[in-house]
Amino acid sequence: MSDTHANGALTETGEAGFGDYVALLKPRVMSLVVFTAMVGLLVAPQGMHPFVALISVLFIALGAGASGALNMWWDADIDRVMRRTRARPIPSGRVQPGEALGLGLALSGLSVMMLWLAANALAALLLAFTIFFYVVIYSMWLKRSTPQNIVIGGAAGAFPPMIGWVCATGSVSVEACLMFLLIFMWTPPHFWSLALFMNSDYQQAGVPMLTVTHGKRVTRNHILVYTIALVPFALATAFTSIGGPIYLAVSVLLNLGFLWGAWAIWRRGEALAEGDGYTTEKAVFKFSLLYLFLHFGALLAEASLKPWGLGGW
Amino acid sequence: MTLRIEHELHRRRFGRNLGLGLALAVFVALVFGLTVVKVKRGDPMQAFDHVARPELVPPQGEGEQ
Repeated sequence: MSDTHANGALTETGEAGFGDYVALLKPRVMSLVVFTAMVGLLVAPQGMHPFVALISVLFIALGAGASGALNMWWDADIDRVMRRTRARPIPSGRVQPGEALGLGLALSGLSVMMLWLAANALAALLLAFTIFFYVVIYSMWLKRSTPQNIVIGGAAGAFPPMIGWVCATGSVSVEACLMFLLIFMWTPPHFWSLALFMNSDYQQAGVPMLTVTHGKRVTRNHILVYTIALVPFALATAFTSIGGPIYLAVSVLLNLGFLWGAWAIWRRGEALAEGDGYTTEKAVFKFSLLYLFLHFGALLAEASLKPWGLGGW
Repeated sequence: MTLRIEHELHRRRFGRNLGLGLALAVFVALVFGLTVVKVKRGDPMQAFDHVARPELVPPQGEGEQ
């Protein structure tokens, strides 16, 4: 090892700290997974023991983290080129690719096995499929081959609330499918609004995002169309057993806001967007995060109020 | 003369070992807690080695005619 070097010039050791391994698990993505999986679990009609519920959500999040580590292992070459990702543990040299692969595989196995023990086989199977979908279908195949990468790949991020629901009920239902579809349909306009102002990154890395292959005009059109397509799925949830007047009111307002944002993006030309530093695109991207958070927050509110006879229809 | 250089690398290693140790401790606690909950709740759990299997014992009164 180089740490015995006489002059003490030991800064480039290639040895990672604990935080670097945590960074491999994409903690910000994990926090979203924790929230949506927790909501999926809590709004389900069958209650779970609080400790078992906590463990289930924890291992769903760990499974998501494991797929994040495998994604970073596979995409290290792209991450090295992109400004947004070049400080990640592998491109910066703090973690070796093999370590990320080992950690990702070990945590994948552990999380699936533990979810099986804590909840049930179907939930564990769905978690295993989600990891497989994100790593193999999205990262290895779609991401580098088609501009539809995030449309189909968005399914990986949409599974956590469904897995949460299955943990509690042991089966898939209309409600679980609608929560899945809400995230699935939300993903394209969310990521495309990011791609509009991060286009040079994707172009440099050779990732065929829609902005790179078809240009920004087509991407703006797609954002509007996909946002319109998202609305019925978001509203439909209001009329199921997990919806209610609070969710409906929140959803109507949020959808109006998102539609207005998508319309504003669609109306703008490239010259105007470049002129003001993509203000509208950045604002819509931030709003889309709030959109998803508040939708699931409203579902949680409905479920929390039910014991007092207030939530639901 | 003792040569003892505490480099940043050593602190990083210590942090990594401490983090791993804590993660393992948390994992053990979670598995233990899960076991306690499942056993107390009476979930269908049984071992097949040196453990009584009550369902193999015929209910009282059955087969006495």
